[in-house]
Amino acid sequence: MSITHLGIPVDANTEFETVIGLEVHVQLSTESKVFSPARSRLEEGKSVADEAVNANTNPVCAGHPGTLPALNQKAVEYAIKAGLATHCKINLKSVFARKHYFYPDLPKGYQISQFDLPLCQHGHLDIELGKEGEVTKRVGITRIHMEEDAGKNVHLSGFSLVNLNRAGVPLIEVVSEPDMRTAEEAGAYLRKLYSIVTCLGVCDGNLQEGNFRCDANVSIRPKGATGFGTRAEIKNVNSFRFVEKAIEYEVERQRQVILSGDKVVQETRLYDSQKNQTFSMRTKEEAEDYRYFPDPDLPPLVIEQSQVDALRAALPELPDQMRDRYVKDFGLSRYDAGVLTSVSSLSRFFEAAVAGAGASLAKGLANLLTGEAARLLNDAGIEIGASKFVPEHFSDLARFVGDKTISVTAAKQIIAILFAEGGSVSAIIDREGLKQVSDLSALEPVIDQILAANPKQLEEFRSGKEKLLGFFVGQAMKATQGKANPGLLQEMVLKKLKG
Amino acid sequence: MQTYKTIREIHDAFDSGKASPLSLTQDYFKQIESSQHHAWITLCKDRALKQAESLTQDLKSKHGGKVPRSSHPLYGIPLGIKDVLTMDGVRTTAASKMLDTYVAPYTATAVDRLERAGGISLGKLNLDEFAMGSSNENSAYGNVLHPTHPDRVPGGSSGGSGTAVAAGQCVAALGTDTGGSIRLPASFCGIVGMKPTYGRISRYGQIAFASSLDQIGPMTRSVEDAALLCQVMAGLDPRDSTTSSEPVGDWVKVVRETAAAPTARGLKVGVPKEYFIDGIDAEVRSAVEGMIAKLKEQGAEIVPVSLPHTEFAVATYYVVAVSEASSNLSRYDGVRFGVRPKEAMEAGSPAEFYKKVRANFGAEVKRRIILGTFALSSGYYDAYYRKAGQVRRLMRQDFENAFKQVDVIVSPVAPTTAFKIGEKAKNPLQMYLTDIFTIPASMAGLPAMSVPVGQDHQGLSIGMHLIAPRFQEEKLLKAATVVEAIAERKGS
Repeated sequence: MSITHLGIPVDANTEFETVIGLEVHVQLSTESKVFSPARSRLEEGKSVADEAVNANTNPVCAGHPGTLPALNQKAVEYAIKAGLATHCKINLKSVFARKHYFYPDLPKGYQISQFDLPLCQHGHLDIELGKEGEVTKRVGITRIHMEEDAGKNVHLSGFSLVNLNRAGVPLIEVVSEPDMRTAEEAGAYLRKLYSIVTCLGVCDGNLQEGNFRCDANVSIRPKGATGFGTRAEIKNVNSFRFVEKAIEYEVERQRQVILSGDKVVQETRLYDSQKNQTFSMRTKEEAEDYRYFPDPDLPPLVIEQSQVDALRAALPELPDQMRDRYVKDFGLSRYDAGVLTSVSSLSRFFEAAVAGAGASLAKGLANLLTGEAARLLNDAGIEIGASKFVPEHFSDLARFVGDKTISVTAAKQIIAILFAEGGSVSAIIDREGLKQVSDLSALEPVIDQILAANPKQLEEFRSGKEKLLGFFVGQAMKATQGKANPGLLQEMVLKKLKG
Repeated sequence: MQTYKTIREIHDAFDSGKASPLSLTQDYFKQIESSQHHAWITLCKDRALKQAESLTQDLKSKHGGKVPRSSHPLYGIPLGIKDVLTMDGVRTTAASKMLDTYVAPYTATAVDRLERAGGISLGKLNLDEFAMGSSNENSAYGNVLHPTHPDRVPGGSSGGSGTAVAAGQCVAALGTDTGGSIRLPASFCGIVGMKPTYGRISRYGQIAFASSLDQIGPMTRSVEDAALLCQVMAGLDPRDSTTSSEPVGDWVKVVRETAAAPTARGLKVGVPKEYFIDGIDAEVRSAVEGMIAKLKEQGAEIVPVSLPHTEFAVATYYVVAVSEASSNLSRYDGVRFGVRPKEAMEAGSPAEFYKKVRANFGAEVKRRIILGTFALSSGYYDAYYRKAGQVRRLMRQDFENAFKQVDVIVSPVAPTTAFKIGEKAKNPLQMYLTDIFTIPASMAGLPAMSVPVGQDHQGLSIGMHLIAPRFQEEKLLKAATVVEAIAERKGS
């Protein structure tokens, strides 16, 4: 008997299509929690591990008997902003519901969330794909709803403890349509959503601390099929790269399950980044009945249209708009502009550097930033804000490259030094002797010497082998230890060769 | 000991030096300690006496011997607090073994406001476990006895409050009312009980039973005191999003002005035909109908009204109440809250652990959790909770229609007077029907009261039930004052 999937015969040669929907939990960066006045946001420069256990709690977020939730209006504002920035319809009336499940980190035995009537619905965001970001794809956003975060279980040998500092931190859950077809698309969606919420300032964007966590629903189907395969939900992955890898792993796993004649079961899976595998956490049969019902402690959330309008009017320039402006005003490539606007700290940094250098140098500045600097930051896994770079570094570099004081090669060298040590650009130029030689009288004897030392090549050049220009320029550059202004040098070598 | 009926009498005694907050508090503790009613679960003697002492000193040193009645309308008044309301640092059990060792880290808004007004909390009063019951037989701390008939129940769930006030163990008490839990014990114990409009008094610090129905209210020996306590507690609380910003009136003034020249002239009294049905005890019926006749004599207009959805009230109420209860009580699982018995620590799995912890609940609480869990389950929600919500809206409309014609609606509080201990304990349905007249006002969130209007041949009290439109406490209290005046004249 042949193997079928969604009624279609499949075998090892069948081309499968992946269907991905993402649910992203975004922690909102309000000072206090969503339903209690307890502190919510981490203090500047602190990590979760720095905070004393249960220091940020009060009777409400600890779920003490008799306590009641009181909604933080700032959190509502932040959630609306996220909805507006992702083109959602804002429901002027939405309803909080209780979602029941038994887990020790949930103090009340239920989580306050939204179910039937979420705050935001029917939005979308556009992602850029392809090497240069030349392909745009629209991904639908089903809904954005507000809810409270749970505490954190700490498992020790033989027993577990619960830390409630996180309990009640405001979250929005952003639920996408199952519109993505590759791990790359999923990654692009996450990066875009991340750039939006950090640009809005509604999320601190600290991935390590769980500010932005993703669940991925993944299924596969033979290409051309219209139905959906049974999906697996991969829970709580907090790095974009890991989401992509987990999806890639999961797609291959499902393909093998199907080709071996088994059925993919609906289940929740966890991703182990060290093994690069997903493994089953619970199947649908073990899934809980959440017994949702409207929370009688909270009246429906009613918002005035005027408040929505005011928030819309006050939205900052969003990453897509910013990217288009960079292309238009600074002549950047779409790709570079996209990279610079993908993280708000980077775009802010770039703009500060451009302000120092002047818009005419923006393109060169962008190249330095998205090239060498981005590579170093990526390798070290840190954000630009956490590095030794300051915007003046790049203003200076762009200026010195622009007026040919230094070469691009030297600029890259300086960036590496700045990354490691910080300091001032001009001091490094002086210390390392990186100033370009643009003085003709200094170059002339060097070139004459090289021509004299290579008579054979000189003769070949003069008899038509013009490719040898590069050889002479290279030799000259070597002789000046790379300090020669390359344009000037080439011009002069050519003149001498033609003699 | 000298007993006082009202707060005003006590303040007069303070002013004249016949009593002090300290002497009065000591007297009440004597009264409590010599009683066999099981009305109290926890006494806060040190805390109360300390408070009484400082109020006594302040009376002389700061207030020139005169009670500061306007700034501290409850100055030195000994109060009882139903043990479902939290007090910072005080054990709060909800009469459940589950919370036997629970000490609350904060004070309920209602209690806080009473204490800020000068009230002294003597301790925590017994009740049906988690306020679930109509007879006080569901307490893990022993059932409260009726104040005058020890073989009978005081009514529930605020039975400790009813007995304590009626037996002179505190001047006034706080009860909570979800389907009649203030009004029924008030009626059985022969005192005044008031459940204000849902949203009038903050529920912050009230251990929740059914959140959309629960409401705190006073149990007192006079309508004036009920008005006073309500007035002190009522008003917006940012910690309870269901409280209303509706202005709180000077209800004490309204009561005093009405009492000065009580008249029923101009009062339109609705008598719902659905509330005067077969099965009401004949003496209860005659006492209530007698009061209606008196009101008519005094100039009231008696208007027959209809509340057609009354027949669905009890069934609908139990769907709503048990559903919300199953959710509210899910935090008592021995992990964060709830006593963790030793045998639970030996459990081999979370499910077994859960089972062993939850065995701590009493039978009625378990019954309601199971019913509520079922009613909210996926596939049943629409048929039960959602449908109940729709019926609830119809019941609210019934009242809105009736209140187009009348100021207040009256009925018996309960079909019978206080019944015997054990009489209904084996038959939950029979027990649930005790609340048949009080439930509809709860479902509609309306203010309602129980005012004593007589006794049966055994000397058991009969209460008249008065219901007013939402946020019309003033109308309710006016009518209750007239009823109280007529009843007292008759009695004396």
